[in-house]
Amino acid sequence: MSAPGAEIASAGEAALDVRHHILSVLVENKPGVLARVAGLFARRGFNIFSLAVAPTDDPRLSRITIVVDVRSTPLEQVTKQLDKLINVVQIDELAPDSAVERELMIVTVTVDAVGRADLLALTAEYSGVVLDEAADRITVSLGGTPEALDAFTARMGSAVVAYQRTGRIALPRIAH
Amino acid sequence: MTTNTPTNGGAALIRALELEGVDVIFGLPGGAILPVYDPIIDSPIRHILVRHEQGAGHMAEGYAHATGRPGVAMVTSGPAATNIVTPLADAYMDSVPMVVITGQVGSAGIGLDAFQEVDTVGITRSITKHNELVTRAEDIPRIVREAFHIATTGRPGPVLIDIPKDMVDPNHPNSKMNWYWPESVDLPGYSPRLEGDPAAIEAAARLILAAERPVLYVGGGILKARAAEPLRALAEMLEIPVVTTLMARGAIPDDHPLCLGMPGMHGNYTAVTAMQESDLLIALGARFDDRVTGKVSTFAPEAKIIHVDIDPAEHGKVRRPDVAIVGDCRLVIEELLVALRTLGAPDAGADLRPWRSTLSGWQEKYPLAYEQSEVGDLLKPQYVLEMLSGSVPEDCIVASGVGQHQMWTSQYWKFTHPYTWINSGGLGTMGFSVPAAIGAKVGRPDRMVWAVDGDGCFQMTAQELVTAAAERIPVKIAILNNAYLGMVRQWQEMFYEERYSEVYLSPDLPDYKMWAEAMGCVGMRVESPEDVLPAIERANEIDDRPVVIDFRTDSREKVFPMVPAGASNSDIVVGPEPR
Repeated sequence: MSAPGAEIASAGEAALDVRHHILSVLVENKPGVLARVAGLFARRGFNIFSLAVAPTDDPRLSRITIVVDVRSTPLEQVTKQLDKLINVVQIDELAPDSAVERELMIVTVTVDAVGRADLLALTAEYSGVVLDEAADRITVSLGGTPEALDAFTARMGSAVVAYQRTGRIALPRIAH
Repeated sequence: MTTNTPTNGGAALIRALELEGVDVIFGLPGGAILPVYDPIIDSPIRHILVRHEQGAGHMAEGYAHATGRPGVAMVTSGPAATNIVTPLADAYMDSVPMVVITGQVGSAGIGLDAFQEVDTVGITRSITKHNELVTRAEDIPRIVREAFHIATTGRPGPVLIDIPKDMVDPNHPNSKMNWYWPESVDLPGYSPRLEGDPAAIEAAARLILAAERPVLYVGGGILKARAAEPLRALAEMLEIPVVTTLMARGAIPDDHPLCLGMPGMHGNYTAVTAMQESDLLIALGARFDDRVTGKVSTFAPEAKIIHVDIDPAEHGKVRRPDVAIVGDCRLVIEELLVALRTLGAPDAGADLRPWRSTLSGWQEKYPLAYEQSEVGDLLKPQYVLEMLSGSVPEDCIVASGVGQHQMWTSQYWKFTHPYTWINSGGLGTMGFSVPAAIGAKVGRPDRMVWAVDGDGCFQMTAQELVTAAAERIPVKIAILNNAYLGMVRQWQEMFYEERYSEVYLSPDLPDYKMWAEAMGCVGMRVESPEDVLPAIERANEIDDRPVVIDFRTDSREKVFPMVPAGASNSDIVVGPEPR
């Protein structure tokens, strides 16, 4: 058995070795397509970090935005296998600096910890909207970059009671 | 049936199969698929009633291997669907074009644990090229058309269509539809690339002309592309030696001076070592399988790689190619021939005579070899195969199961024609040979068809000989009966200190001769060398029923050469240590 400290160190190195990759996958809007796509990741034990799916402007097609934690080499293989799926029309891997990304979050926080006024000020600072209010709790929605949502969440700290994010959606940048 | 004629899903399914040119269906009816079995009576399509659904799947595979046309199997829901899972996985691994139709419980019962319900599309999703659950009867002609298109184009593979009973039952309103036949398929996410990229073709041609120790590494994709002829032209243009993998045996005749035979775990010394020492591997429809490469990090260390495959996902999967060409092997080879000529071939190429002379030196020094049995000993399996291969027509089709007998057949059968070798390579499905041979004989009734089987394999699917006897499909089965799960025994002998665990089967339980006779076949038993040829000749004469010969073989015989699993191909073991 190795020392606990060593395990933490090696886990940290492993964490550095994997990266978030964003895949934008255009698929036919048909039953079972999501299961096919998700199955290719599950088969290899890759964790899907976030997933957003909805129809596009063409109702025959949907766009899936997948954020997956995986090293680059196996990702290339999975991407090629995704491309083999008959219902997958197109796949783009979006590098973070060449894509625009947004995510939506709804969060319920207790007023006690932060204070109602501070909470409303912070929500306004992040361009959030109050969706629901009670004496001791507030639910706000917030849209922005995943990093902005992370920052807001961090500032809420232990005041968070319930928390839901959509997973990111992304498109390639048109201006460089 | 003309367009817009009112019909029902079941009649439309059979009509669609007829329009796809299907001449035979291998199947077995049951509750959910019952309505489709009624219009079959009036269809010109031949239906072959199997005894187990796995048999239907492997027959469809054998048919496809032998004819190049998609095999078709049809079974009911639930246990029938799960019984055909193995053939689907087998066809997926070996890229065999096949369309499987499964019945499903009525739409209203799906997801409610109805009688004989399983989630067939869920179960088969990862072992089919594509599958689809029919949700409207009117989709059936379109889905059938797409299924055959997907199964037979690009990298071939199995496609499954799952049809709820109400979609095909003429008494159910959900089956009502108007007939149509789609002019074309509309699959926006599917367009296999067939022609090679010209720049990559030219780069490949330059590598080929510069190579001093090139090897054509030929896989099953060559046969799927029906590319045996252009392969031969490419090999002969520059006199480049060819290795034919387990899936490609026969792609170039074994007696061709450039053919080195099979590489890999049980490949011959020259084929294995030619790849190891090569400076350029030209991989054509091959996928760098672990049984070919051995330990990947030490595989062909000095070789540049040209990798031609119709499936882009194969490029770089195991070994990063120097030139990757996505395309159909037949078209790409033809394009390569043009590019090579433009660059001055054959005169412009490097002098390959020293390389070929090295190879022929190895062939002389390390031929495939075995010791003949002593008087009174059991038969040597290799001897049986030499006799068999030598006494059948050149274009005889041979199928095998999986294990020692498969390797010996691949090694000792003299393949002189492409598309004559049918075996389960990727999945390694024991029990494959009997039904696969039956399917091949149905597809090619003009050819003699032998199956070489092991005693372990035979016991897994032998019941399909009842099908063959009933349908008068005169296949011939040679059981190499060593009373063991021979390949497992070999590994236990070599790697588990001869501790034999659960591998003994008995030579005469069952009595194979009596079993064959009970199934309506001619049964024979051969125990001594002088009886081998007469038995084979007698079997070759029988053309009205199946024949089974129980050859009693030496269980101590092992398959050599061998590259132990996980070892480098440079550590090939040529033969047994002297006793």
